[in-house]
Amino acid sequence: MGMTMTQKILASHAGLDRVEEGQLIMADLDLVLGNDITTPVAVKEFEKAGFESVFDKGKVAIVLDHFIPNKDIKAAQLAKTCRTFACSQGIDLFFDVGKMGIEHALLPEQGLVAAGDCIIGADSHTCTYGALGAFSTGVGSTDMAAGMATGKAWFKVPSAIRVEVTGSLTPECSGKDVILTLIGMIGVDGALYRSLEFTGEGVGTLSMDDRLCICNMAVEAGAKNGIFPVDEVTLAYLRGRTARKPVIFEADPDAPYERTVQIDLGRIVPVAACPHLPSNTRPVDELSDIKIDQAVIGSCTNGRLEDMEAAWKILKGKTVAPGVRCIIIPATMAILREVVERGWYTDMIDAGAVISTPTCGPCLGGYMGILAEGERCISTTNRNFVGRMGHVESEVYLASPRTAACSAIAGYITCREV
Amino acid sequence: MQTEGKVFKYEDNVDTDVIIPARYLNITDTAELAAHCMEDIDRRYIREVAEGDVIVAGWNFGCGSSREHAPLVIKESGAGCVIAKSFARIFYRNAVNIGLPILECEEAADEIRAGDRVKIDFDTGIITDVTSKKTFQSRPFPPFIRKIMESGGLLPSLKAAALPEDGGDNT
Ligand code: SF4
Repeated sequence: MGMTMTQKILASHAGLDRVEEGQLIMADLDLVLGNDITTPVAVKEFEKAGFESVFDKGKVAIVLDHFIPNKDIKAAQLAKTCRTFACSQGIDLFFDVGKMGIEHALLPEQGLVAAGDCIIGADSHTCTYGALGAFSTGVGSTDMAAGMATGKAWFKVPSAIRVEVTGSLTPECSGKDVILTLIGMIGVDGALYRSLEFTGEGVGTLSMDDRLCICNMAVEAGAKNGIFPVDEVTLAYLRGRTARKPVIFEADPDAPYERTVQIDLGRIVPVAACPHLPSNTRPVDELSDIKIDQAVIGSCTNGRLEDMEAAWKILKGKTVAPGVRCIIIPATMAILREVVERGWYTDMIDAGAVISTPTCGPCLGGYMGILAEGERCISTTNRNFVGRMGHVESEVYLASPRTAACSAIAGYITCREV
Repeated sequence: MQTEGKVFKYEDNVDTDVIIPARYLNITDTAELAAHCMEDIDRRYIREVAEGDVIVAGWNFGCGSSREHAPLVIKESGAGCVIAKSFARIFYRNAVNIGLPILECEEAADEIRAGDRVKIDFDTGIITDVTSKKTFQSRPFPPFIRKIMESGGLLPSLKAAALPEDGGDNT
């Protein structure tokens, strides 16, 4: 029997000809990632276990993004632990204020991910890089510590679900509507422990930003990773960003898939995930009686240039509804720079929005837009669990940047320009 | 290895944001963090939990973020085991890596009631509900994972050079 794309990448990194579902392997890592919340825990474990140096200074990335610039004294201590460790270890890939960005937007943008890589990150949305044809998955801080020390991680080889994509998206829809629709179909544990492998002729119509957004939320279906085949779109994205040669793995024609889910992109409509689960999706058109207090456009899911553009197109020349706070957070410094350079920044401010420097901020209820009791937010982030963005009695609706911007103008949830 | 204690019971999809809300993630002291364990869904938990107690839950326990703080605070709170119908993937590996015993058992998760007294034998995977006098067989861990658990977590086991028996360590 053949292997899935994910299984082939894992086999090659474990030095094996083949692997099978359920097999436990030790795989070599191309990159080990941590952020300002998870790295300090990993550093503590690393030091406690008596390791002295990281396995490869060029293959450990530490990105400060959750509470940066330091939001309070405790966050400052966390960041300091990261800085001290990065400095003493001579880690090249250390991203602090000024070079910062949300990790999962930053690493691909900086050319630190190549097709065929095997990557772990102490952050659940590390699965984002599957968009580039890499195997990447979220782990905890202990895994990060072990990965930094040895350059290896243990994995249980996953089985896979094939997502066969046909057609192309209508202009009102983006990758976010695709992944929310899929999670609505299969549930928050619909892909538990499994890979989500995207295939089909519709894949070629999806932009890299759409694919990054789709793979980003694979974990919201419980998946170990999401992955796209490497095509012209991938190679064009990698060209000029990384000198490393992409290694292209393809699923065998007889690869074992547990099931196949069909998605016709042409039939996707704008959807939002209602509180308190990402799988609780409804067509946006059914939610117009829901008033909002805040709109957040950003995060590792939707803080990229196409997302900023989608929001800008709706906001320019309009005014954010009275009583609504519209918070826009470009995911990296490079994206922020583009937003300024293209004049979108001014148009967004004129519309009554505020723009933050890159950070996770409100996505995890950190800062820059915390919700009070009873408040409701439409957000382009990826989780709407109880208390995720603030008070336990606040509510988060997940949607695309276009829908969030339309809602900010209208004052209620909508994907129509009013 | 075994544990015995009373049961705290929860539903499906208990996520890491309720196990330990992100607003506390700037705290680095585990004991201080653990004081907030479960507070968004059950304020009683941290007041009443005692050494060896057991959390029983439905599908997909620990879904959400990769924060290792989640299994850490459960372990720190004194709980001796989490039994669930299934675990979210990262929570599962984090629990293994830090040495918090977790067991998958659908039947036990359905039949054990809140407040029951249960006894768990990790060597055999047998869960006994002392209150209702029922027993359940959970799926035992594969040997590689048992070795990590028995060494007290991944890093101690790495130091002891434990590698997967059927694995492809190619060094
Ligand atoms: S933006 Fe949100 S989901 Fe993404 S890494 Fe930051 S906190 Fe996590």
